[in-house]
Amino acid sequence: MLLTREQVDHVGMLARLELDEEEREKSMRELNQILEHFEKLAELDTTGVPPTSHAIPRTNVLRDDTPKPSLDRGKVLANAPESADGCFRVPRVVET
Amino acid sequence: MGLFNQPAHELQKLLQSKEISCRELTEAVLTRVDDVEPRVQSYITRLDHEARQQAEEIDRRIAQGEPVTPFMGIPVALKDNLCTEGVETTCASGILRGFRPPYDATVVTRLKEAGAVFVGKTNLDEFAMGSSTENSGFFTTRNPWDLSRVPGGSSGGSTAAVGAGEAIAALGSDTGGSIRQPASFCGVVGMKPTYGRVSRYGLVAFASSLDQIGPITQDVTDCALLLRILAGNDPMDSTSLDHPVPDYGEFLRPEVGGLRIGVPTEYFGEGVQEEISHAVRTALGVLEGMGATVEECSTPHAEHALPVYYIIAPAEASSNLARYDGVQYGHRTAEDTDIVGLYQKTRKEGFGHEVKHRIMLGTYALSSGYYDAYYLKASKVRTLIKQDFDKAFEKYDVLVTPTSPTVAFSIGEKSDDPLQMKLSDVLTIPANMAGLPGISLPTGFHEGLPIGLQIIGRPLDEGTVLQVAYAYEQATEWHRRKADLRL
Repeated sequence: MLLTREQVDHVGMLARLELDEEEREKSMRELNQILEHFEKLAELDTTGVPPTSHAIPRTNVLRDDTPKPSLDRGKVLANAPESADGCFRVPRVVET
Repeated sequence: MGLFNQPAHELQKLLQSKEISCRELTEAVLTRVDDVEPRVQSYITRLDHEARQQAEEIDRRIAQGEPVTPFMGIPVALKDNLCTEGVETTCASGILRGFRPPYDATVVTRLKEAGAVFVGKTNLDEFAMGSSTENSGFFTTRNPWDLSRVPGGSSGGSTAAVGAGEAIAALGSDTGGSIRQPASFCGVVGMKPTYGRVSRYGLVAFASSLDQIGPITQDVTDCALLLRILAGNDPMDSTSLDHPVPDYGEFLRPEVGGLRIGVPTEYFGEGVQEEISHAVRTALGVLEGMGATVEECSTPHAEHALPVYYIIAPAEASSNLARYDGVQYGHRTAEDTDIVGLYQKTRKEGFGHEVKHRIMLGTYALSSGYYDAYYLKASKVRTLIKQDFDKAFEKYDVLVTPTSPTVAFSIGEKSDDPLQMKLSDVLTIPANMAGLPGISLPTGFHEGLPIGLQIIGRPLDEGTVLQVAYAYEQATEWHRRKADLRL
């Protein structure tokens, strides 16, 4: 067993995902299944092998810093579950 | 045969000669959707009204003497992870229900400019995570060849729509095989272009280093014509490549003389149905008979592609899906809670099981102390997989393999066995790892269900892939067989 109950809870917290009892159990089982499958790769010597993050590398794509119209605020906020005064509205974040 | 079963390049001629109007064509497809949709269930959102308006506009333009160009007036379906301005885009997830994007994906803009008519938004596995559409948050699409079977996935709604005549062509997205595997299950043509060939702007991100949009069509000619419209640099996607886009139509020559075809033995191993291996070897015989050189070769690290994929894709997904937090769009929990509770409960309520599972897996693989063991290790093995391809392409122009180890499986058959489900993509994932173009096209039947032939090419060499596919298609009749939905 690679992953414990406590680790599953910790990962759930990191992912901001509330899991109920059944989901925790299932999650632990499935994660361990995949991770065990992955363990086979440990046999593979990758010393000195560079990692590939993108198949076809493209770095530093630059463009002129020219101001352009951005998305219409009204259209963007139209999708928000709650908005006020041209902003997204969320529960209080800072204690007063 | 109805208009709905004809490829776009044939319909283009009928529109040009005014034998049919775009209105007639659109009505034929919409009627077909009415007839078969209750059984097939390809669409999450239908756009009948908008399609009729688009059709009228196209007819006006044709009447004014405008020449009919490829895909002008052609009814097309869009996978529902492609943003469409003002039209609900759900990714088949409860968390995005009701989301109406404020902009169009670049591919949608390009298709609009080409004059395509949009029939609707198609079903998928939630956020494209799956191989059967059974992970859709809404419903499971059925395979038009056998309604008790899955259409494949994740672009199963798009491939079923094309296979059932509910659209002339469609767009899908392919992260680990999500265009090619369902194309093979539904007996249609599906292509994943080179990573970066088609702009991903407006494609709801799953795994950004793997995702690629591509065409799903009735034949290879349509695939080439559609790719020509989609491909090309886009300043809105910094990973899109700025290499010139060839006229893919020029590669549609029924000749493969002198071409060297590699056949990696790893793709014919355990788990691949014998009838499928046999069908692919028969196809290779056809290509050899036409003058191609066919030789067995080896890409030894291909067998590691699956575990590598199941670290890299969830890792990227866990980061990409962090944005669904109930603040900017989509679902928000109704519970009265603080900000962290809002995130946690919104995500608990909005995401389905498979998505949560992959977010958990990816978060763990990227978390402090585990990054080197998982993500970094996977990225290094990814290099080995890519190097195998580089080596093979020194010797061969294309590689030919089966698309999927099995034909379409039954609904429910693999939904409780995640590993079996994932094996369905074992032959398509390697091309994503290396960013290579790959196509699936029909190459026979097993138990009445279509078999797919996969052709993988060098980076940016979609042309040669299309040429081999076209030559094979012209030499065979498989693509002419259509699903019989009268039963």
